[in-house]
Amino acid sequence: MSTRQLELEILRYDPEKDEAPYFQNYSVPCQDDWAILDAVNYVKENLDTTLAYRWSCHMMVCGSCGMMINGDPKLTCKTFVRDLPDKVRIEPLENFPIERDLVVVLDDVIEKLQRVKPYIIRKDPAPENEEFNQPRSALMKFKQYTMCINCMCCYSACPQYGLNPDFIGPAALALAHRYNIDSRDQGKSERLDILADHDGVWDCSFVGACSEVCPKSVDPAAALQQMKVDGTMEWWKRKMGFPGGDS
Amino acid sequence: MSRNPYVRPMSKTTWYLRNGRFRIYALREVTCLLVGFYAFLSIFALRALWQGADSWNAFLASQQSTPMVVFHAFALVYFFIYQTVGWFQLAPKAMPLMMGEKKVAASTIVLGHYLVWALVSLFLLWFVGVI
Repeated sequence: MSTRQLELEILRYDPEKDEAPYFQNYSVPCQDDWAILDAVNYVKENLDTTLAYRWSCHMMVCGSCGMMINGDPKLTCKTFVRDLPDKVRIEPLENFPIERDLVVVLDDVIEKLQRVKPYIIRKDPAPENEEFNQPRSALMKFKQYTMCINCMCCYSACPQYGLNPDFIGPAALALAHRYNIDSRDQGKSERLDILADHDGVWDCSFVGACSEVCPKSVDPAAALQQMKVDGTMEWWKRKMGFPGGDS
Repeated sequence: MSRNPYVRPMSKTTWYLRNGRFRIYALREVTCLLVGFYAFLSIFALRALWQGADSWNAFLASQQSTPMVVFHAFALVYFFIYQTVGWFQLAPKAMPLMMGEKKVAASTIVLGHYLVWALVSLFLLWFVGVI
């Protein structure tokens, strides 16, 4: 198998020593079938053991190896060396504080994922001692939104989140939508106050970048636009004195 | 080990120049200026109509000057690219359709929008006596 020399420009930041991040260059002999993650692993194992970054599965499941590759948020395990030029710039995910080198602080998004109540809420009791049957057509409505692996590439691509970090953001809102349109859920009106709040769906101006960069084709932008329609309908229902639709 | 996270702020004034995706978005949003202009133009047209035939004919003549014709042609192409094509492309995201157990393909929804657009355009052209 042939090898190609790749010049990696990696953003480094040591919170104990550095005032600000800086770029460090590494020359890496890459094999044709390598992903960028393999090249970063090569740096860690052979050139600089101090480099900090997150990764786990190397197969697009864990969602922990998201980084900026030449300015685009991508999973490094899914981005292949053969598709890139000879010089590659690797940075931590944008719009997040940098903890160290390529590791970012994700506390904010973790809190938001919990805030949107991402679980089935029932008002009537759920069936006991039997399966909670759901027709396939009902499953197909929300299935794509269950594919999110929380890689946070969407937050990194979203300019609205970059400008206003209070914005709940694409992945958490798409997750809320996944439960809102689940036929077993009855918690839509309970989530509405969070989602329709100032920092909820209306902060989204439909740039669509979140969906373009999503490595799992979740399409959070679609979820957010549908939530705007739902939220508006719900608001009118409340205004006109109709009961809210929870399922 | 002490924590000292470094925040790279996003420029509030130049963020939309950062990449192609943001630039296309900004160009789409700029269509609001043209929408605003046409809203003002409609108000002027109504005022001219209210003032009588002479005023109305003067308004029509003003729209046929070379700069205005060039502007309207530019606005038409700009609207077509960034309003019609852009929003139709995004329509399936906001309005997904289910046919039984399957989602209707996004391309079918977009095509439906173009068909309705063509029919409405034909009706309007017929209504004003062009065809």
